[in-house]
Amino acid sequence: MGDILQVKGLETQFRTRNGTIHAVNGVSFAIREGETLGIVGESGCGKTVSMMSLLGLIPTPPGKVVAGEALFEGVDLLKLNNDQMRKYRGSKISVVFQDPMTSFNPVLTIGRQTAEPFMIHNNCSKAEAYERAIKYLELVGIPNAKDRIHEYPHQFSGGMRQRVMIAMGLICEPKILIADEPTTALDVTIQAQIVELVKRLRDELGMAIIWITHDLGIIAGLADRVNVMYGGYIIETAPVKSLYANPQHPYTIGLLGSLPRMDELSYRRLTSIDGLPPTLLEKPTYCPFEPRCPHAVARCRSENPTLVNREGDEHYVACWVDPKTGKEYK
Amino acid sequence: MAEREVLLHVENLVKHFPIKKGVIFQRSVGAVHAVDDVSFDIFRGETLGLVGESGCGKSTTGRTILQLHRPTSGKIIFEGENLAELKGEKLRRKRRDIQMIFQDPYASLNPRMTVGKIIAEPMEIHKTFSGAAKERRVQELLSLVGLNPAFVNRYPHEFSGGQRQRIGVARALALEPKLIVCDEPISALDVSIQAQVVNLLEDLQKELNLTYLFIAHDLSMVRHISDRIAVMYLGIIVELADRNMLYQNPIHPYSQALLSAVPFPDPFIEETRERIILEGDVPSPINPPSGCRFRTRCRYAEDICAAERPALSEVAPGHFCACHFRDRFARK
Ligand SMILES: Nc1ncnc2c1ncn2[C@@H]1O[C@H](COP(=O)(O)OP(=O)(O)OP(=O)(O)O)[C@@H](O)[C@H]1O
Ligand SMILES: Nc1ncnc2c1ncn2[C@@H]1O[C@H](COP(=O)(O)OP(=O)(O)OP(=O)(O)O)[C@@H](O)[C@H]1O
Ligand code: SF4
Ligand code: SF4
Ligand SMILES: [Mg+2]
Ligand SMILES: [Mg+2]
Repeated sequence: MGDILQVKGLETQFRTRNGTIHAVNGVSFAIREGETLGIVGESGCGKTVSMMSLLGLIPTPPGKVVAGEALFEGVDLLKLNNDQMRKYRGSKISVVFQDPMTSFNPVLTIGRQTAEPFMIHNNCSKAEAYERAIKYLELVGIPNAKDRIHEYPHQFSGGMRQRVMIAMGLICEPKILIADEPTTALDVTIQAQIVELVKRLRDELGMAIIWITHDLGIIAGLADRVNVMYGGYIIETAPVKSLYANPQHPYTIGLLGSLPRMDELSYRRLTSIDGLPPTLLEKPTYCPFEPRCPHAVARCRSENPTLVNREGDEHYVACWVDPKTGKEYK
Repeated sequence: MAEREVLLHVENLVKHFPIKKGVIFQRSVGAVHAVDDVSFDIFRGETLGLVGESGCGKSTTGRTILQLHRPTSGKIIFEGENLAELKGEKLRRKRRDIQMIFQDPYASLNPRMTVGKIIAEPMEIHKTFSGAAKERRVQELLSLVGLNPAFVNRYPHEFSGGQRQRIGVARALALEPKLIVCDEPISALDVSIQAQVVNLLEDLQKELNLTYLFIAHDLSMVRHISDRIAVMYLGIIVELADRNMLYQNPIHPYSQALLSAVPFPDPFIEETRERIILEGDVPSPINPPSGCRFRTRCRYAEDICAAERPALSEVAPGHFCACHFRDRFARK
């Protein structure tokens, strides 16, 4: 199937008192119809900012998208003004955020907030929009949706609010649903409910999903392909099985080794990645992982590697060194 | 295993937080049943993990052990003395032996104090070291937790989350405690930093023969660090077992669901995994269900589950479970 979104060379920066923060440093990726793309990486690596940049949601100032293009249905999203962008955001591309409480308006009913995106984008009657809201609230598993649309966000539990957010994200039947850590604040049993729900809806409705998380566990069972981000770059991208079976980047290898596994019966000391994530205050002319990398060679300090296909199909890594030999690629 | 020595014995621990109404004349209109009849032992030198979902009473259990909350009822026997009955100077002396590491490595450190001052404070309060000996001890503690002793005059905001957590660990170690209650010590940290702190805690345990109560909601991390694990649900312990027993043969329907909900970082396993998806949410601790607390979400619930509260009893050596049908679920 074809790509429905192609992002090329996206760069976003923030001007702060301490200097310019290079939050996203030339990110390129594509997503296909119906595909689930996972984006993983630690706090501050640029996951949220790269998505916000696509949707025109970067607060300007201090932020600015300084380069790149994002082609969606033949249109470069980065060139749209606010009004034009509103036609896409919330209808063809929608976002579900991490913290449902801060994304809701506390004084409006759940029904009104769920119906609103549909009303705005479809110019229909209130009754129609509410009917559709009830349908989508039922779809995401809100019991008695007909009655509960009259309630307010605080009357819903965290898990239920997250379901409502998903209903709001889906009500316009988007082509792409961007889920930014939608389960991070939830307990694991509720997280499992939401993940099952999203998988079911994906199969029923056929939308593409971009799922952002720092949890390599959750993405393993959900994504078709994964982008690993570090310091504002995608440092490895691969089909999910290839990534976990044959991680190529020292950072990805380190992350996977630092996770305890439930199925390990004997004790294994966790591998830890020493040092700290980059400050992003300079645009590195060297590999961003170099200060923490156990394999670094001279070239890593003078040249920033780009994504190259070194392993099976569609598996790209930005690193000068072959992890199998510990030596520079020829 | 050789005969194990019980360091801490918790018996029928109850902690209710009264809910008050009225501005001038406050009257109790109910209570949050945060911890409701919990019993367990912690053996010297081991790590007991405490897992369960948000609000199930993990922190309250930890804080009540330290007497940061006084228990509503129940015994907390530490090296032969019931902390729940101790007061004043006697309690203060005993409390030296039990320290706590908190979840939020920023909020738990005073931003206006230097790192050296933060670590020295417990020694000043308890008058264990002073003068040059105290300074030396601070330096020692800093290197023990893997921080450069030259950092003593820096302030908390100059450190990363993982480094701040190390400062918290150094402070907790200042009085040479025997038991450390670690309340979600890594939840606020980045994945790559979590392993650093967990490895540090493991090294210190070996070196100093420490005993840990390790509280977290991340079951895979708890299982990694613990010798035994207690699973809590809505104020009670539903299952307690050795780390591998719990993983290989979870008996309580809630433990089974909890374990099955934990994602594996492995797409090959995830592809074929069957999940038990629990319906609904955890009920309110203000008015918890009668009988078995889990019955409103349990797919095996029968009449007896609403009528009688199942006791936490032994199903196999060292494996405890609070379910009326434990024997049925245990047979495999
Ligand atoms: N409004 C802003 N002003 C200044 N810097 C910002 C702003 N928003 C984001 N940044 C910076 O941009 C970088 C990338 O942030 P981003 O929110 O994309 O991280 P993330 O990968 O989503 O992390 P998390 O897992 O914590 O959500 C960070 O260093 C962050 O501090
Ligand atoms: N000081 C307090 N006053 C009133 N209620 C409290 C107090 N402390 C805790 N509670 C309540 O007691 C119950 C148990 O809380 P506790 O903090 O022990 O849970 P927890 O298992 O540590 O949860 P989490 O994983 O979210 O930290 C909750 O319903 C909580 O709201
Ligand atoms: S390019 Fe060099 S420093 Fe960067 S990850 Fe590869 S080996 Fe390490
Ligand atoms: S006692 Fe009954 S309700 Fe409780 S866990 Fe066992 S079967 Fe389920
Ligand atoms: Mg983010
Ligand atoms: Mg807690």
